[in-house]
Amino acid sequence: MSSVPAPEVVNGIGRPTGSVFGAATGFRTLYYKESLRFWKVGYQTVGAPILTAVLYLMIFSHVLEDHVKVYGNVGYTAFLIPGLVMMSMLQNAFANSTSSLIQSKISGNFVFVLLSPLSHRAVFAAYVLAAMTRGLVVGAGVLLATLWFDMPGFVSPLWIVVFALLANGVLGTLGLIAGIWAEKFDQVAAFQNFLIMPATFLSGVFYSVHSLPPFWQGVSHLNPFLYMIDGFRYGFFGVSDVSPWTSLAIVGVTALVLAAIALRLLASGYKTRH
Amino acid sequence: MPAAITLSNLQKRYRALTALDGVSFAIEEGDFFGLLGPNGAGKTTLISIVAGLVRPDGGTARVLGHDVITDYAASRRLLGVVPQELVFDPFFTVRETLRIQSGYFGLSNNDAWIDEIMHNLDLTSKADANMRALSGGMKRRVLVAQALVHKPPVIVLDEPTAGVDVELRQTLWRFISRLNAEGHTIVLTTHYLEEAQALCKHIAMLKQGRVVALESTDSLLARFDAAQIVLHFASGRLPDALRDRATEPDAIERSRVALRLHSADEVETILATCRAAGAVVDQVAIERADLEDVFLQIMGAAPEPARAVLQ
Repeated sequence: MSSVPAPEVVNGIGRPTGSVFGAATGFRTLYYKESLRFWKVGYQTVGAPILTAVLYLMIFSHVLEDHVKVYGNVGYTAFLIPGLVMMSMLQNAFANSTSSLIQSKISGNFVFVLLSPLSHRAVFAAYVLAAMTRGLVVGAGVLLATLWFDMPGFVSPLWIVVFALLANGVLGTLGLIAGIWAEKFDQVAAFQNFLIMPATFLSGVFYSVHSLPPFWQGVSHLNPFLYMIDGFRYGFFGVSDVSPWTSLAIVGVTALVLAAIALRLLASGYKTRH
Repeated sequence: MPAAITLSNLQKRYRALTALDGVSFAIEEGDFFGLLGPNGAGKTTLISIVAGLVRPDGGTARVLGHDVITDYAASRRLLGVVPQELVFDPFFTVRETLRIQSGYFGLSNNDAWIDEIMHNLDLTSKADANMRALSGGMKRRVLVAQALVHKPPVIVLDEPTAGVDVELRQTLWRFISRLNAEGHTIVLTTHYLEEAQALCKHIAMLKQGRVVALESTDSLLARFDAAQIVLHFASGRLPDALRDRATEPDAIERSRVALRLHSADEVETILATCRAAGAVVDQVAIERADLEDVFLQIMGAAPEPARAVLQ
């Protein structure tokens, strides 16, 4: 059995090295841990949202397929598929950051992250990337499962990828902010049920905003989730309610503002370091 | 060579409560240092500031010369902390927990050391068990193991033996003593004063956020009354002339009374005073003062710090 090295002969271990590789390992580990966390309960975190999205599609397409055409000639089922994919991604990216943080804070094990030399940037990047990973896994699962019902076009895959990444990043960041702010589970539930869910449902997942009366069209345009779904849908059909460049600018600015807020909260130790 | 931990005029308030009121001292490298005080004295706040979990309102804390705020990454790499609360992540096994903790400190290939820690803390048989399935004592061992994964030169244990069985205490102290002998600095808070007396080379006592004693364990024991004489009265009670010597003023009317004893010469004087007052002593015992006596004397004698009234 080897002995513990005395401090003066600890070959780099336990001594500050300032190593970039050490910092990268810390970030990778937190990202791996956060991803492993949702993967270990995959039935709940991946399987259940895919099933929910498929049920939405079955019911709505059964009722509306023969009655609704969107963008002139796009069938309702094909129109709905990108919306459901994006909705599932948004909700799961948000849920990943919030549920992990609030559980860690309430059970007390967030202390292990706080005791580590991880920087606030590394913590931010790891939590948001893990949330994006879950969102993308769920989104891919929903897309694969729903393609069996109809096949939307893949007119511009680059827009699909860009909006998928940005939207997951925005909701992962928003989830991080909610998780830092919340002190109880019901505060997270309130955030989810009174902000995320309405904003998602009223963003054009199930309809084109052009079908709304002018007043509600105006209200819908204040919702940043609209631009995520609309830009994402543009990648499938080459048609959208708003120019994809406008959507890209709005979603991009939203991502930057939320990232700045989240980084500030982490750096200041708001509700984490007292 | 910087001290293992240097505290300079640390201050911390929680609304009207002053948790730390200008605490300054240093803990030298290689020391086994005890931080004692009653509940609410500020021990955990002090440790939390050193660990970066709490931000001080004033003053500085350094770990081996690295400021815990401005140079936090370096100071945290040098520090291993065993938290007081029994916290764990229910998603992972013991081995996963220790690998993840290693990774946070930049160590991606640390299995040899993880195996050795688990061996020394009798955790090997539980390596693949989920944290939820462990008993309280086993979870406590994992907490200790997590603090050691990056071989920190400075190890802080915040009441590590609270509520654990004798076997774990012995296992833990054997391992921690070995780490101390090999050069690691150990900082311990505990309510078990016999543990502090047996293990610690130096001791600081806190009361209401202030340091009221800071010296080597030996000199602390020697500074105060070295012994006490315990008298049992068959009849009569403690004479008034001896009342000031009672270690427990509330107990002077009882048949069994402990008196401070400064030297052996005083034994005959005390017994003669009792005889002169008509009290019959049928049992006499002389006991050495221990850290608990010293602790009680210091905490009883230390003045209450003046409190600012906060609006």
